Amino acid sequence: MRNTLKSIFKDGKFRLGFGILVFLLLMIFLYPLFVPNPPLEIIGRGTFFPPGVYVSNLDSVSGAPIYSLTLADAEAKRLASKLSLEDRAEMKTYLLAVGVPEEQINIEDTAALLALWAEKYDPKLNVKGMIFAKLQYYRRLNDKLVSLLDSEGLILARETDGVLEKTGQVLPLDYVNIGEVSSVRVLPLGTDNFGRDVLTELVKATGVSLQIGLIAGSIATAIGLVLGLISGYVGGWLDDLIMFFTNLLIVIPSLIILILISYSISQSERGPTTIAIVIGLTSWVWTTKAVRAQVISLRNRDHVNLSKLSGHSTASIILRDILPYIASYVVMAFILQISSAILAEASLSILGLGPKTTLVPTLGLMMNWAMIYQAHILGKWWAYFPVIVVIALITFSMNLINTSLDQIFNPALRE
Amino acid sequence: MKGYWKYFRKKLLWLLITTIFAFVLNFLLPTLMPGDPVAGIVSRLAQGMSTSTGVKEIYENYAEQFGINKPIIEQFFIYVRNVFRGEFGVSFTQYPRPVSDIIKSAVTWTIALQLPAIIVGWILGNTLGAVAAYRKGPFDKALLPLSILISNFPAFGMAVILLVIFAVRLRWFPTSGGYGFDMIPTLSWGFVASVLHHYVLPFLSIVLITIGGQAIGMRSMAIYELNADYVKYSRFMGIKDNQIVKYVFRNAMLPQLTGLALSIGTMVGGSIVAETIFSYPGLGTTILSAIKGQDYPLVSAVTLIITIMVLIVNFLVEVFYGFVDPRIRATQAE
Repeated sequence: MRNTLKSIFKDGKFRLGFGILVFLLLMIFLYPLFVPNPPLEIIGRGTFFPPGVYVSNLDSVSGAPIYSLTLADAEAKRLASKLSLEDRAEMKTYLLAVGVPEEQINIEDTAALLALWAEKYDPKLNVKGMIFAKLQYYRRLNDKLVSLLDSEGLILARETDGVLEKTGQVLPLDYVNIGEVSSVRVLPLGTDNFGRDVLTELVKATGVSLQIGLIAGSIATAIGLVLGLISGYVGGWLDDLIMFFTNLLIVIPSLIILILISYSISQSERGPTTIAIVIGLTSWVWTTKAVRAQVISLRNRDHVNLSKLSGHSTASIILRDILPYIASYVVMAFILQISSAILAEASLSILGLGPKTTLVPTLGLMMNWAMIYQAHILGKWWAYFPVIVVIALITFSMNLINTSLDQIFNPALRE
Repeated sequence: MKGYWKYFRKKLLWLLITTIFAFVLNFLLPTLMPGDPVAGIVSRLAQGMSTSTGVKEIYENYAEQFGINKPIIEQFFIYVRNVFRGEFGVSFTQYPRPVSDIIKSAVTWTIALQLPAIIVGWILGNTLGAVAAYRKGPFDKALLPLSILISNFPAFGMAVILLVIFAVRLRWFPTSGGYGFDMIPTLSWGFVASVLHHYVLPFLSIVLITIGGQAIGMRSMAIYELNADYVKYSRFMGIKDNQIVKYVFRNAMLPQLTGLALSIGTMVGGSIVAETIFSYPGLGTTILSAIKGQDYPLVSAVTLIITIMVLIVNFLVEVFYGFVDPRIRATQAE
């Protein structure tokens, strides 16, 4: 036993798969300790806020101590961020129209562009062939640029009875330390379509999906094991009956049966556990078939015959003489069942038949919402991509573990 | 050939049994659930209706159509009769279009997409797997983990990633649909070109997933065969390597063919979900909108059609298998 474990852990593929799985489990258990916020709390008023550090604007202006920093590139950065690519392109069009040679204009270089603009722009000039609306646009753009260059900063004022009273001023050199701002929220993966923190939700969803996999996998493996043992060891008409149903269910797509059952269960009753049980009840066929094949090859071995002659009961023979031989196989089947159950839940959820609950997220439900709100078309990668990665990591790690176990217990596959 | 006919008849009988079973499942699962489907339909349709006589009228109308007042056995036969007449009822979401009409157009799209994709994926996957087993070394070392990764990728995940890279970012291909939204299905060049343009991404996503799974299976099969006694014997006999590879490939491919027959249901299930990502006008998108719109007749019809399609393909693969594997004929002839 110890040697087997040793050789298992020596295998690179197993280590990789096991490592990924342990990492995911650690995330599920440790993350809530550091970020105790409820996973489905709606914090964003709006959809799909991009990932980043969110700092309270009010707190940073009024609460936090102010430091003056003179950073050489601060102004250029500020201008660059306020000058959109479209504006730059329009500025180039204007400059070309007033006769600046193209090679002198570099819209990437904000400082040079602004200098050129200040030199060449004349609000009174009527550029030939330019419509009035366009000229107005350039006037507005110019006003914006002038106010950008203004180094006065912003004035803070409070309104009392319609009179503004100056309470403070934000200067271009003012900085605050993020650590000293009272309200900061890090959203490493932004928010989803409901304004929920994606990472917190994802960690919770991974846990729930793994639970679904575990429940479904246990049910499927248990049914498959029992039926396979009966079918393989007892044989006779029981074997025929079980194999008949197994073969029937094997050719009918299990997703279809899942759809039919989930569709028939009313929405309010479709919790994660129900879905897990339904998945478990529909995915035992492969395990049954495989266990039966293994048991048949064991049934006539000498040690089994010896037990029979010694008068052991059928139950004890199955427990002592057959189960230990197929244990490794059953474990592998169990691992595969977990990963395929997680995939099944995701597929069902995408079709809108997943667990209908607002209390817990699952990976499939997150995917479903992201698809409904077109996150993939809108380029909101943080809403769907991490979910796909987690699903792929779970199934990948479990299949790696399975393949490496297979190579250890099935020497013919070794290189 | 006598053995083959016996095999064929057996498989045909099995097709019949599984089809009947599919009918039973499709009929029984929704009816066995708490609350009869008609009551569910009526409660959805009658939302906002104030007259109870109107609600009662709707209920009786549907009860009549589904034959819900009759004993369950009779209901089943009414159901089967309706299916064979092509009467799946009228869709709720696309009223007054009959369900059979919706299904007819969707089935064509799904078959045209999935059948070639699965066949191409199967052939490529098997070739890669066999090469990996034979060559070993770095090729095998790289291929195996990659295949495991790709084949365990959910089909919808692959679809989303392909969509985002090639349709949203690079804009090489359209993001959704089976043909341009400004086109009317005709046999013109423009339409065919548009269809092909929309076909690439859904096709690729299914092929890639299939390749991974098949390569893994073929690799272990081929390794197993390469260690078999007949290979060693052939080597002693001095038979050329090319010839041996041919034997090995043939022997390893046969179980893969049975594997294909058995796993076609799972593959179709996965691809159906992938279809919805591309809003491909096939059965996947149909069932998605049917589920969203609580369109009971359409859901029930699509699930039945998918099951029967899978059963028929499964049957065809097995018929073909019996044709290529002489052992089948030999065992049946005894």
